[in-house]
Amino acid sequence: MAKQSMRIEYGKYLAGLGAKNKDIIVLEADLKESTQSMQFQNVYPERYIEVGIAEQNMVGIAAGLSLSGKIPIAHSFATFISMRACEQVRTTIAYTKMNVKFLVTHGGISTGTAGTTHHAIEDIAIMRAIPNMTVLVPGDVREMKQAVDAALAHKGPVYIRLGAGDAEDVYGEKDRFAIGRATLLRKGNDASIITTGTMAYEGVTASDILKSKYGLNVRVLQMASVKPLDVKAVLKAAIETGNIVTVEEHNILGGLGGAVCEVVAETAKAKVKRIGIQDCFSDIGSAACLMKEEGLTVENVVKSVRDLVRS
Amino acid sequence: MINDIKKLQKLSAEARHAIVDSLICAGCGHPGGAFSSLDIMTVLFFNTLKIDPSNPKWDKRDRFILSKGHSSVALYSVMHLRGFFDRKTLLTFRQDNSILGGHPDMHKVPGVEMSTGSLGHGLSVGVGMALAAKLDKKRYRTFVLLGDGETQEGSIWEAAMSASHYKLDNLTAIVDRNRIQIDGFTEDVMSLEPYAAKWKAFGWAVKTIDGHDIHEIAATLKEIPFKERKPSLIIADTVKGKGISFMENNPEWHGKALKGDHAEIAKKEVCLKLKEHGKAINENRVRQVPGRARREK
Repeated sequence: MAKQSMRIEYGKYLAGLGAKNKDIIVLEADLKESTQSMQFQNVYPERYIEVGIAEQNMVGIAAGLSLSGKIPIAHSFATFISMRACEQVRTTIAYTKMNVKFLVTHGGISTGTAGTTHHAIEDIAIMRAIPNMTVLVPGDVREMKQAVDAALAHKGPVYIRLGAGDAEDVYGEKDRFAIGRATLLRKGNDASIITTGTMAYEGVTASDILKSKYGLNVRVLQMASVKPLDVKAVLKAAIETGNIVTVEEHNILGGLGGAVCEVVAETAKAKVKRIGIQDCFSDIGSAACLMKEEGLTVENVVKSVRDLVRS
Repeated sequence: MINDIKKLQKLSAEARHAIVDSLICAGCGHPGGAFSSLDIMTVLFFNTLKIDPSNPKWDKRDRFILSKGHSSVALYSVMHLRGFFDRKTLLTFRQDNSILGGHPDMHKVPGVEMSTGSLGHGLSVGVGMALAAKLDKKRYRTFVLLGDGETQEGSIWEAAMSASHYKLDNLTAIVDRNRIQIDGFTEDVMSLEPYAAKWKAFGWAVKTIDGHDIHEIAATLKEIPFKERKPSLIIADTVKGKGISFMENNPEWHGKALKGDHAEIAKKEVCLKLKEHGKAINENRVRQVPGRARREK
């Protein structure tokens, strides 16, 4: 498995997309190096709009561009799009079904020592609650590229969330991302791990350990499309495997775990254990330290699955 | 396009009459800001905007955004007179299953460019439209009508900054400076003055006019852009509740239902005005329409 920077790879990919789709307009709010949107600016300066530190305005401008037939991709950190400009996203973009894409970075706690102000642990819940919004959280570079393609092909608002750090490759050659569909990364009927974002790596690694060490066949579903959720895949996992562990770099309230619980509670008999931020603000620490503190580790996923299966 | 000032004045009187009918039928709505911004919208829709009611999505059309979406009834009345929809539709304003909500919805009302209502959003959208026109080298112009209280929102100044940064001389904002917001007079709630100086400092070319003088509104709109490579800002001094004696300059009438004696007086006053323009109106006509007075509390 190879580790790659999602952001740098995204920037490269975005720059490449500029030639394929002349309608793409890139918007940035003073974070072009962090979001890597500068890679697009370098090639297509005339289709690159800098708005300065003014996310609400950026979202409104994106709406105006979209009304004129453009496909705006607005960039910023997850916190600033989902919260600072939340009402613009909800009312000006989602209510009106604008064809605007948000590409946010620094989702979750992977910004580490930058601190709690820059950690986004609520954004998936906020975006999920907005009608018409599609929420995508890809797990590796291959999935990210496919998710960006799918978002551009989709008519309507899409929120694509990347982390700050590197991502391990989890997608095989044949794996294909589609909006509204989970990707089956490991087969198995003893339990299910449902992941989103880069937690896919923890999921598949845990599954491999559970097999080699404990003889358990644990299914891994990567749910990069948090909304729309692959309800069928969740139900199937609940019925066929009974126990489900969800893993996300987000508050356990309202994100992937919440979405899975909503489905299971209404329709199937299964136990769900949610691994994620336990409804608390993060401490100061490196990304690795924080992930450990929040239980976003392979060891904790392995333990959680074993506890569920044995209970 | 109508250039005859007297005809425009008459249209404005007709629109005022239509607003009163709609408000009475709805039994709710925002009268004050509708009457203050009406003359501006009349001139825009009949004299300034290049639009085609039979082809609302005509790609060369000028764009208009009513950022102060709560004045929707004025927009609807003018759009109705301009031919976007019939009177029967107009009188469904704020009724169940109507296309004409308290705040305009672009997917429901033909010719409405942007769904608005939450204040402080419209100018950014206008900046986006104007930027798109520049990018595509298209000649359509974008107009945004703002409430003065609305410009207390920080997002307005973000948009103002970006419009001048990008030298959007194809963008015009008009402020309905009626000096009243829900909680009272703007200068008491959160003072805006020196108002023109603020916009100038943000890089806009600014003119202040009488927002009820049809001739002045039309003449000023003909002068845009006031300066090349600068966005244009018109501060239209207006009177909240203009044309209805008991509403004028009275903060109470920001969002109050027009009913009972008030409805009778308002009706008489707009009819009288119409008669002055040579149009006889049956004062009881509003009672004959299928609308119903709702929310009588």
